[in-house]
Amino acid sequence: MSECFPSITMRVNGESCTVNVPPMKRLLDVLREDLHLTGAKEGCGEGECGSCSVRLDGELVNSCLIPVLQAQGAEIQTVEGLAANGVLHPLQECFLACGGAQCGICTPGMLMAAAQLLERNPNPSMAEIREGLAGNLCRCTGFMRIFESVLAAATQMQSPEADKAGHAR
Amino acid sequence: MSATAKTRIVGASVPRKEGIDKLVGRAVYVDDIEREGMWYGTTVRSTIPRGRIRSITCDPRIDWSEFTVVTAANVPGKNHIQLIVADQPCLADGAVNHCDEPIVLLAHADKHKLREAAAAVRIEYEPLPAVLSIEESERQDPIIWGDDNVFKSFLLEKGNVDGVWAQAAHIVEGEYRTGAQEHLYIENNGMIAEWSANDGLTVWGSLQCPYYVHKTLKAVFDLPDEKVRVIQTETGGAFGGKEDYPSTLASHAGLLAMKSGHTIKMVYDRMEDLAATTKRHPSRIRHRTALDKDGKLLAMEIDLATDGGAYSTLSSTVLSRATLHSCGPYVCPNIRVRSRAWATNMVPYGAFRGFGAPQAIFATERHMDEIAAQIGIDPVELRRRNFLHQGDQNATEQLMREPVMLDELLDRALAQSDYYARRERFTRENANSPVKRGLGLATFYHGSGFTGSGELYLNSLAGIDVTADNKVRVMVSNTEFGQGTNTILTQIAAEALGLAFSDISMAPPDTAVIPNSGPTVASRTSMVVGRLIQRASLQLLETLRNDGGLGANASRDEFFAACDRYRTAHGEVKSLCRYEAPPGIFWDDKTYHGEAYGAYAWAVYVAQVAVDTRDYSAEVEEFWTVQEVGRVLHPVMAKGQIEGGVAQGIGYALYERVVWQNGRMANNQMTNYIMPTAADVPPIHVIFEEIPFKFGGYGAKGIGELPHDGPAPAILNAIRDATGVSFNSIPLLPEDIFAVLAAREIQEEPAIK
Repeated sequence: MSECFPSITMRVNGESCTVNVPPMKRLLDVLREDLHLTGAKEGCGEGECGSCSVRLDGELVNSCLIPVLQAQGAEIQTVEGLAANGVLHPLQECFLACGGAQCGICTPGMLMAAAQLLERNPNPSMAEIREGLAGNLCRCTGFMRIFESVLAAATQMQSPEADKAGHAR
Repeated sequence: MSATAKTRIVGASVPRKEGIDKLVGRAVYVDDIEREGMWYGTTVRSTIPRGRIRSITCDPRIDWSEFTVVTAANVPGKNHIQLIVADQPCLADGAVNHCDEPIVLLAHADKHKLREAAAAVRIEYEPLPAVLSIEESERQDPIIWGDDNVFKSFLLEKGNVDGVWAQAAHIVEGEYRTGAQEHLYIENNGMIAEWSANDGLTVWGSLQCPYYVHKTLKAVFDLPDEKVRVIQTETGGAFGGKEDYPSTLASHAGLLAMKSGHTIKMVYDRMEDLAATTKRHPSRIRHRTALDKDGKLLAMEIDLATDGGAYSTLSSTVLSRATLHSCGPYVCPNIRVRSRAWATNMVPYGAFRGFGAPQAIFATERHMDEIAAQIGIDPVELRRRNFLHQGDQNATEQLMREPVMLDELLDRALAQSDYYARRERFTRENANSPVKRGLGLATFYHGSGFTGSGELYLNSLAGIDVTADNKVRVMVSNTEFGQGTNTILTQIAAEALGLAFSDISMAPPDTAVIPNSGPTVASRTSMVVGRLIQRASLQLLETLRNDGGLGANASRDEFFAACDRYRTAHGEVKSLCRYEAPPGIFWDDKTYHGEAYGAYAWAVYVAQVAVDTRDYSAEVEEFWTVQEVGRVLHPVMAKGQIEGGVAQGIGYALYERVVWQNGRMANNQMTNYIMPTAADVPPIHVIFEEIPFKFGGYGAKGIGELPHDGPAPAILNAIRDATGVSFNSIPLLPEDIFAVLAAREIQEEPAIK
């Protein structure tokens, strides 16, 4: 069947990928089924929960709402691309230390939302963190540990040693 | 053991055991698993709340030869989910008793073909009158379950309530209601099943209690123990919502696997999960309370009713916990609690964090503020005058043997929230502001572990083994679904064995490997199972000293050398322990008297709420929690438990309404079933006092459910403080506040400014 469909090429976590899939297939399903990147999760299928969040050309998107044709030529980052060369991203380190992940199902999306926030705003206030993560639902933590994780990561990423692993941007 | 007992690992906030896997996207949840040749399953469900099934027909425009179709006729064993009473069919057989009841299962290699096929299965019904509320069920016409529509009733009596009313200085009555609440775990229910004639049935899925699923599958498939294997996959939240439902879904996936010969995956989408799976029991609780002139409780008469839904599921035990928590942490000489769980034609209700206690405590703590208002005592003072202390007896005449520090918890909560100064300030500011602020509190306890004789009945077996390659494994059926089971039990084993956290791993949550240490429910894991792991670890050291040449103060290498010697001599290194009740425990199931719980966690919560009289919104602005949960084994995770529970409690109080239309959930989408987001939750302050409980794992008591008990009453008490209006029903949404405040404005003129 696949030969019936146009090729769609994108860069996912820095690597070029080509898939032959129906153009209206959800980006989430392409990532999970065709590229076997199962970090992004489906929680609601309607863009409410944010657990499928990935970054597409520097924008945070709900991959359950994106037809893959829209990703043609795009740069995609998923949670699998957050750690560089086996070194955890400061956000991942801080989520681990501060209890930002419990059941873990919202975590990949939450991390992408947090990464997006810190890239745009390296020194966010609590109100900005709340707003930046408001599209990502977590039912376990009550968000307090997540806020603390993001604040800690922001501090760590701004410290002079932060660029060692190439994470600070 | 004192609160300051020196430990290396217990009490330290070590990194979550499976944390890195979750953070890099490597943790494997059920929907992440694909198998070669796997088929997908779906469910055809009832569209009416009650009726007989006249016919099931499959529209010929679908090529059914491509599909596997399963009905009740294909169940090889008992067509019942095995919980407390086996009354719930695995697949409806001839009749349906609630909307979204499973009737037909379909499987196909292409999951995209399932939706159209499911729509092409036509079910004709002969509708019967349905019972859709507690009140309709109480009329007992029609009778839809047993002889009287009552799943279970309890009568808890102490002293002589009837003799008190005449001499009481005050009698205060009230009625309180709580609604259904959805767990809204972010991972929907899902299961994969594989069938082979030789090995029987294996399922992988998102679940809390592997041996509950095991028990149902044995009955549904008529298989012996060893032919059923249940493996938990990483589970994306549960909160009680994956206590009983996975038994149904595992049966369904198994039936399709057996008939089709293919591995079957069934993962619900959000709409199906919301519509078809369990929720928190709605309740209606009536209080009548007698007090003396000083505000001391003389009598509490409580009538407690829950809506159990169409099948009994866990309703009897939820009712039990509601009953036992309905009198609060107070001394009262005369008590009568009459409680009933009613059958209706609603989707069956089930376990949800707190398990009946949040309903009961909402009513009791809301009622305490009504009493305070009516008799003119400060709500803080009213509670303080009636608190249980060490040496007192509670409603079931359980002697409070352990220290009780409610007074200290209250003092600390008042100090932390600057309670009196804030209230005074709000009283001043509210007079000239459209935004009315108030403070409310709730004081409560939560029993840890199974009720009464429950832990003895469970007879849990847990322990550790050391594999041939010298890996120390914790062997339990208690699962991780975010609350920290893996980490806490690893800490306990490492501490007791004198090893490092990294030396210990969790045995796979697979019934072919692990013993039955009971379900992962009832805030029992740290206290009860943690204690078993501590005992099993110490027992292993003892064995190795006696029979493995292990010396005192042995090093890590010497420990593993001793394991090798013991293994050579005896074949395996394994240490299991069985539950033993603390001494002097007595419980009478008939009279509901005695030691209802092995231990209680205690708490005082304070909510600050702002009610905007222009748009009728109520917002929690700040929240303080002070609690005593025994020893805190992992401070960061313990805080996370409290904060998460409080956020769910805020949702229960102010956000989360299930909209029902003729017994069917109408708002079964995240778009319109609203939980608090990152923008909604207030700062939540978490303070622990620690009194180690000597029969809990390193002094722990239960923690997981406690934080869901207090927020709703504290918040509605704060709204009363802010507005002077008593709201006695949750969820309380702006339209509910509008209905009352707007009516009052019209009556009172001029409107509230």
